[in-house]
Amino acid sequence: MTALQARMATSKSGADFSASVMTIEIGPAHPAMHGIVRLTTQLDGELIVGMEPEIGYLHRGFEKESENSKWIQVIPYTDRLNYVSPLLCNIGYSMAVEKLYGIEAPRRAEFTRVIMGEISRITDHLTCLGAAAMEIGAFTFFLWFIKAREYLYELVEEMTGARLTTNWTRFGGNSMDLPDGFLSDLADRLSKLEGIMEECDKLLTRNKIFIDRVKDVGTISKEDALSYGFSGPMLRACGIPFDVRRADAYSVYDELDFEIPVGSTGDCFDRFLVRMEEIRQSTSIIKQAADKMPEGPFMTDERMLHYPDKKDVYGNIEGLIDHFKMVMEGHHPPAGEIYMPTEGGNGEMGFYLVSDGSGDPVRVRMRPPCFNFVQAMPLMTVGHYVADIVPIFGSVNMIGGELDR
Amino acid sequence: MSESIKSDEMNADREAGKLTALLKQKFPNDVLDFHAHRSDETVVIERDSLDSVCRFLRDDSRCAFEIMLDITAVDGLEMNMKPRFEMVYHFKSLTHASRIRLKVPLEEDDCRIASISPIWKSADWYERECFDMFGIIFEGHPDLRRILMYEEFEGHPLRKDYPIDKQQPLMELKEIEERHTYGREL
Amino acid sequence: MDFLLEIIMTPTVLACIKIAVIILLFAMPLGTVLTLMERKWSAMIQDRVGPNRANIGKFTGHGVLHLAADGLKSIFKEDTIPKGANGFLYLIAPFFGLIAAVATFAIIPIAGPIGDFTFQVTDVNPGLLFIFAITSLNVYGAVLAGTSSNSKFALLGGTRASAQMISYEVFMGLALMGIFMVYGTTRVSGIVNGQNEYWFGNLIPMWGIFTQPLGFILFFTALVAETKRAPFDAPEGESEIVAGYFLEYSGMRWSAFMLAEYISLVGVAALMTTLFFGGYHVPWLHLWESAPQWLVTVLQILKFTFFTVVFCWFQIQLRWTIPKFRFDQTMGLGWKKLLPLSLVNIIVTALVILTLA
Repeated sequence: MTALQARMATSKSGADFSASVMTIEIGPAHPAMHGIVRLTTQLDGELIVGMEPEIGYLHRGFEKESENSKWIQVIPYTDRLNYVSPLLCNIGYSMAVEKLYGIEAPRRAEFTRVIMGEISRITDHLTCLGAAAMEIGAFTFFLWFIKAREYLYELVEEMTGARLTTNWTRFGGNSMDLPDGFLSDLADRLSKLEGIMEECDKLLTRNKIFIDRVKDVGTISKEDALSYGFSGPMLRACGIPFDVRRADAYSVYDELDFEIPVGSTGDCFDRFLVRMEEIRQSTSIIKQAADKMPEGPFMTDERMLHYPDKKDVYGNIEGLIDHFKMVMEGHHPPAGEIYMPTEGGNGEMGFYLVSDGSGDPVRVRMRPPCFNFVQAMPLMTVGHYVADIVPIFGSVNMIGGELDR
Repeated sequence: MSESIKSDEMNADREAGKLTALLKQKFPNDVLDFHAHRSDETVVIERDSLDSVCRFLRDDSRCAFEIMLDITAVDGLEMNMKPRFEMVYHFKSLTHASRIRLKVPLEEDDCRIASISPIWKSADWYERECFDMFGIIFEGHPDLRRILMYEEFEGHPLRKDYPIDKQQPLMELKEIEERHTYGREL
Repeated sequence: MDFLLEIIMTPTVLACIKIAVIILLFAMPLGTVLTLMERKWSAMIQDRVGPNRANIGKFTGHGVLHLAADGLKSIFKEDTIPKGANGFLYLIAPFFGLIAAVATFAIIPIAGPIGDFTFQVTDVNPGLLFIFAITSLNVYGAVLAGTSSNSKFALLGGTRASAQMISYEVFMGLALMGIFMVYGTTRVSGIVNGQNEYWFGNLIPMWGIFTQPLGFILFFTALVAETKRAPFDAPEGESEIVAGYFLEYSGMRWSAFMLAEYISLVGVAALMTTLFFGGYHVPWLHLWESAPQWLVTVLQILKFTFFTVVFCWFQIQLRWTIPKFRFDQTMGLGWKKLLPLSLVNIIVTALVILTLA
């Protein structure tokens, strides 16, 4: 029996008040728990001496559902994975299936994907930073960021018809091309975003109280971060410039010029700064991609990957048969297994797909980036005060849909 | 990889990559198979050699896989895969900017495998998830419990013989003392 | 009729009437309106519209009806008592805070005296010491609510509140020592009248803010911490301990906590006006010697209300602009920075007074 157990045992009898450890359940319904997660925390006064995260409250069986669907039917499910950056999940999954096919989307589609993906990344970071700041009291910062996010959601709506449940990509391209006037809207919204970023920067980044709250809080060392499988902004805040967009150079990211911001200490403040800088970098990526936007098709012309044009369906027999087979049987990626890493809002969002060539997915696995972060919560919080859970958990950016799938 | 999903395309990918060659040279008896489908280097190894292979992958300077990205399993029931289960591990090396996939076949009636959580801490929760979803026992895991499903859940949902529409009774919420074992090293 | 007037003019009855008038016509309405104004002001800061949906027919009054809606809602809500709570203490706890908040107004004059009649409930001799006594009563509300709710979050909030309020009381007193020394009295009327003096002929009024600039900052900080408003709202800590000590309350008792918070917000503003901004005295009004008495009184009430509202606005602006302190940072700020500073303030004030005398 450990000392802790002994103290807990005496406390349960109710006679001994010297037991100083109090178990408190933070979550599943708690203002600071963004998704639904429970942190069973042991407190010695205000000090955290133990913590155990419990997840699974939002488990919807994404993998099971996907394995019982057709390949194309999985795309709407991916909207619900990371629901603050649904387009990145769409793109990640579609690129994974394209890798399974061994094809690539046309260049125009890729550039559009980059634009929409980066918009989604910005919304992800805006939500994360805003929510984290709100919970330590900077409510105004949050609502300004939400305002900025709204501008971007309008763009997403313009492009996909929905704000969150986008369901936009297809295998070998996108369901829709850029709408008319999209690029000028985009430039307009980006300049608004930049204005808001500047204001928010002034409001919070050098605020003494804010820095006191987040500096040296939730620090994690490089070694621990690697061992815990961190990726994305959390890993970059520790000083490791690992970004899947650069490391694996998928899509057309190798043609675009951007910097990978890194932190030094791996505390909450570094994560805040890294995310702020990533928003700026994403803005610059979007601008470059919009400038380089090539003309051409937005969907591959390979047979059996997309529904044929109605002209072909009614006009020739191949089109009709293709249409029939697409509707009745769906996609048939060749047998094989692939792992497609993409940079999600939180880090490496990888899709591991296994196909047996029959048209039904055998295995659809998504690597959830924030799984590792929540796992490392005890490491980051023990020894801090109970109030520090808030900035730490805020900087972790746990997304329930992605964590529990 | 079972016969059923081995395709012609895959045969074209059968040149051994650098890492595969290294593993074959280091563990000649343990490497069962390999492929590089769509340039994903994949090595299938013997179950008992997992721990030593993983330590080699992490510690050897030619591999230096700092990040254990993902652990999952594949249930090959519908594909008539023999053996039925396959553990899948993904690794990432930042030093060499390379990725590798390890696969370990597991028999249905003996789905036990060594835990690699002492090597990479991230394996802890991934193995719990794998246990939860597939019922694979990880020997040497510090705390092998269900993670996404609740304790009383029967069966393992991602096995192909678990019906998708099966319903299980809801459980009453237990008191805090019953839910957690106090004093366990958190 | 004379008989009635006689009864009214007895000190006790008069005091009761003043209490009713000052509290019902000044503190309560201002406190209540502030609950709405805070939401409107914060909405303005944050580019939102703010509450505007409550309506009677087509009349919404830019959200004014939300006051009535909120009040009615909390009256009709169930008054829950959590399992295992200490019923009696749980039920009376909200009113400690409310009483303490309201009692602050007992010694605050809102206009100058007309003959024997003062616009002040009572001008007690200890004066501001009464404030210290009353604000320390405030802590009971938080502590009793926290301990009697049988909730761990509430308990944490209660302990935080007691620690914070007790320690901030220490240098709240010390911060005011300078004022006592400068004006030579603890009586509120004395301090207010002392601020009606002028430096350099009639150039600068001897307001507390000019004689005690450091004391002003210290006292204001201490009062904000005392009322548990942001950035010192660790006891409520809405994001980590949910709502702190009043977590389990519902309905009217919850509203009592809220009302207490807003009334003490007004109380803080009124106190700051009284002690540091000349109270009800309109600066340079004495130059207009032929001013009619009624006009002077009206101007004084207006001036007092104006400064009070400005301070309310300032506190709201504070809350919606800056993040909040962690609990240990609040305590650290109190004991490590503000306490030494208030001691320095006392010594410097004493030296200056000695030199000038």
